[in-house]
Amino acid sequence: MKISKKTTNRLPAVSTASLPDIVFMLLFFFMTVTTINDNTLLVDNDLPTADQVKELTKKDRIIEIFIGKPAPHLMGVLGTEPKIQLDDRLAQINEVGPYVLSELDKKPDAIRNLVTVSLKVDKNVNVGIVSDIKQELRKVNLLKVNYTTYEGVTKGISQ
Amino acid sequence: MPRRKGAPEVNAGSMADIAFLLLIFFLVTTTIETDAGLDRMLPPMEPPEEDVVIKQKNIFTVNINKNGQLLVEDELMQLTGLRDAAIAFLENGADGTCNYCKGRKDPASSDNPTKAIISLKNDRETKYSTYITVQNELVGAYNDLRDRESQRIFGRDFTDMEAEYLNPETASSVRDDLKDKVKRIQDMFPQKLSEAETTSN
Repeated sequence: MKISKKTTNRLPAVSTASLPDIVFMLLFFFMTVTTINDNTLLVDNDLPTADQVKELTKKDRIIEIFIGKPAPHLMGVLGTEPKIQLDDRLAQINEVGPYVLSELDKKPDAIRNLVTVSLKVDKNVNVGIVSDIKQELRKVNLLKVNYTTYEGVTKGISQ
Repeated sequence: MPRRKGAPEVNAGSMADIAFLLLIFFLVTTTIETDAGLDRMLPPMEPPEEDVVIKQKNIFTVNINKNGQLLVEDELMQLTGLRDAAIAFLENGADGTCNYCKGRKDPASSDNPTKAIISLKNDRETKYSTYITVQNELVGAYNDLRDRESQRIFGRDFTDMEAEYLNPETASSVRDDLKDKVKRIQDMFPQKLSEAETTSN
């Protein structure tokens, strides 16, 4: 028959017209979930691990403070003593209070008493500098802190 | 002469290529991160109006020295034993008012969970990772006890309920229900973890 001859000749090509749609869908997904790290780290920031953690879900209620030894390329200039990083600059201990207050001022009124200070401290730092910061935070009456860690099984104390 | 059919169509065949290029860029730069950590409340700067007298037996002292060794209730202890020791202290229930405690009711240890305080002291030279590990164990002790009671009453882990309660995507009707449950368990074992100022020797 004429018709069968025509159709059985070869398989019809799969339409690729919807391929861009699928790819765009994926693209939008990744665009929305992406959080590009906005501050470049000037200090080492290898966080410790803990397993009894709570997640910090709301990014807008967090003020971050980084503490750690200066990054390898800055070690020659800054030495190896742990430094405090606020935003994208290094700071002294007495600048922590004013910085935190100015950050708090930028937040909308409604969430101001829900703000948590996230302490991102390198695991090789001594506790002394951390307690200095906690002292500064107590002075400005910001009492909610979060010791930010990686989630995972804790390793035992290295003697 | 044949009529022209408007403007010629733009070839959309390379659309997929462009989209792929963008997709790959975002794939590479993406870091899906939600930060997580241990929540803590700092004590306020102003001391309370009247001095609260706390019996020595209601305080569980944990000392970390600069070498990362633990001194728990004046005895040297390994980190692995810390959680069990803390649990034993918290649910000791010496005064008998705590009917859900399964402790030994040792008169030399804490009266009941609402009075029991864990006091953590550390040296300035203590390593931060050690400090976090100890904090983690102490929070773990509270969570273990809360999970146990929560399982008994609601048939569900406390940490699980709390996570759902704190999740902003949870429906508000479910949240209200969970709020009471979470509050009830928290009141059974209130987290009283005091951090003294660090010593320098």
